[in-house]
Amino acid sequence: MSHALPEAEPGARPAKAALSEGKKAERRLGLLLCAPAVLVMAAVAGWPIIYSLWLSLQRYDLKFPDKQEFVGLDNYVTVLSSPYWWNAMWITIVITVVSVAIELVLGMALALIMHRTLVGRGIVRTSTLIPYGIVTVVAAFSWRYAWTPNTGYLAETIAGGEPVLTQKVPAVLAVILAEIWKTTPFMALLLMAGLALVPDDLLKAAAVDGASAWQRFTRVMVPVMKPAILVALLFRTLDAFRIFDNLFVLTGGSQGTSSVSMITYNNLIKGLNLGIGSTMSVLIFIAVAIIAFIFIKLFGTAAPGTDRGGRR
Amino acid sequence: MRRHRLVAAGSVALVAASVLAGCGSGEDGTVVNVYKYPQENFQKIVDGCNERADGYRIVYHKLPREADAQREQMVRRLAAGDTGMDVLGLDVTWTAELAEAGWIKEFTGQDKARVESGTLSTPLETARYQGRLYGAPDNTNVQLLWYRSDLVDTPPKTWDEMISQGARLKAEGKPGLVEAQGKQYEGLVVLFNTLVNSAGGEVLNDDGTEAVVDDKAVQALEVLKRFATSEVVDPSFANFAEDEARLAMENGHAAFMLNWPFVYAAAQKKPDFAKNFKWAPYPSVDGGPAKVTVGGVNYAVSSYTRHSAESFDAVACLRSAENQKFAAINDGVPPTIESVYEDPEMAEPYPMKEAILETLKNASVRPRTPAYQNVSTVISTILSPPGSIEPRATADRLREELQAALDSKGVLP
Repeated sequence: MSHALPEAEPGARPAKAALSEGKKAERRLGLLLCAPAVLVMAAVAGWPIIYSLWLSLQRYDLKFPDKQEFVGLDNYVTVLSSPYWWNAMWITIVITVVSVAIELVLGMALALIMHRTLVGRGIVRTSTLIPYGIVTVVAAFSWRYAWTPNTGYLAETIAGGEPVLTQKVPAVLAVILAEIWKTTPFMALLLMAGLALVPDDLLKAAAVDGASAWQRFTRVMVPVMKPAILVALLFRTLDAFRIFDNLFVLTGGSQGTSSVSMITYNNLIKGLNLGIGSTMSVLIFIAVAIIAFIFIKLFGTAAPGTDRGGRR
Repeated sequence: MRRHRLVAAGSVALVAASVLAGCGSGEDGTVVNVYKYPQENFQKIVDGCNERADGYRIVYHKLPREADAQREQMVRRLAAGDTGMDVLGLDVTWTAELAEAGWIKEFTGQDKARVESGTLSTPLETARYQGRLYGAPDNTNVQLLWYRSDLVDTPPKTWDEMISQGARLKAEGKPGLVEAQGKQYEGLVVLFNTLVNSAGGEVLNDDGTEAVVDDKAVQALEVLKRFATSEVVDPSFANFAEDEARLAMENGHAAFMLNWPFVYAAAQKKPDFAKNFKWAPYPSVDGGPAKVTVGGVNYAVSSYTRHSAESFDAVACLRSAENQKFAAINDGVPPTIESVYEDPEMAEPYPMKEAILETLKNASVRPRTPAYQNVSTVISTILSPPGSIEPRATADRLREELQAALDSKGVLP
């Protein structure tokens, strides 16, 4: 990102000098070769975003095709003053914060185990990654059946025959559990990459200096791993914020368990209300941008694509 | 390499062939694609119609089991102008939405006359929107009052009578609860609509453009509140759908139940219970006949069909009196053609057919508006739980939020 640029890297080229003819031609060719890709990107990513922005400013409801009109920011007022939207926002935030926090702790533990295993390293790593390899919808269905009274083993043992998924708080907890089970391996994988960066010599030196295992973890490993941890958190937070598939299968958004993505789907696809639905999509887009901004600017997460740790 | 290419070419050809078949213009003549909920013996009806069909073949595609998922699949494909759907089995509450969006064809001329002749008026009403006919009623449904004849001598005529009879039974130490659907879902909307119409009130105006919720609707809310806070209401009323209510009744907790006729067939599995399980017309609000909310399925023809004439012809066969009788006897769905009720073969599987027919003649239709999904969501959300209704204030809130829903400003949860 731009903020990393002024800190000139060692060995970086000196400031732009006059380019030779050959270099200019090369650059022109480079731009030409990039152009088709840029055009495609603009068409498949840029245009839909602009189109949703445009739709969000209109009363455009497929149920009333004749009543399409420009309404300015009316849709935003409607959505932002709707208790359903704010309920969905809170549900999403709760699911995101709780699941990512627990995943970080469990993922770190798993990463340490995978990193340290001496015997059967391949098997340990593979078996840890199985939940992540299963298609989310398939996994969500097995959770749903497990929580269904009379037939599900979890409903009969843990919940005592109660229909867990039909009550708000237990249903949200069930969704969080499914999320954690599913994506902890992903977190562990990202953290393991960070662990590999910690030099063994550093740990040995700390041990010789008399640091306990905990001190070596908090004072040596975590600081060295910080960029990897932040990238893992950023990825998972953005992912968790857009939660849809688990919720869609487990509760379908009933009993006030809709996430922001779920409520958008309900208004856009089920309700055929392109105006309100697009407004919600734009709001989610803004929320995701804010999360990314906070991580990158405030916590100094290295943006994907740069290999430096950002500001510290 | 060569082999790979051959395989690829082969699969492309296969895909192309199946796509063509799906479009209904394969080698084997015109195909009318019917999309309907999974009805156990419907394929036999289709087979029968295919034997008689002239120059086309009907193919039955099963939609998902849940109503929401059925609607979602159909509207998504209609919004994209899919020509692969010809005849659609629609829930009675979807007519307005699809008609206003221009996705279903109007029945006119001879097709219209065929649908209208002999069909009961309320089911027919559900297929109309702004004075035009957009559907052909296939089956219908109404709730009845079910009671235990070992506890109750004469079934109550009104809600107040029912509540006091239940209270008396409870005072004698007998089961006196009344089971109904109070969960936050369509069932609660059905109950509310029945009460409002029975009281002579209105939820929306006739055009479906304005939220009314008049004084009579307030009276209906008072009845609902009184029932939900009385001693005869099931403690789980606010969480009960049709099946939970049925089970509570079968397990001996209740003397009365308001439910659809499917409970009769279900009860026959428990002979001890079934012998005292009787039915009566739905209780009214103020002594006159109750106006019970009608359910059911109508056939509509997609605007994007390439085989319009064949599709209307197929509809006429699929809903013929003979096929409605077959469906009523084998799949338990009440017919929409009046003469079918008089058929002697109906007597055994449908001992309550007189009550159904009588109720159908005074039945009511749920609000007809393209925004029905939003309207239904608003009603079930505001009325839930029914015990916390404050008639005046609740009516004001309903009016305000229903109007927003009609103006495309409703947010679905």
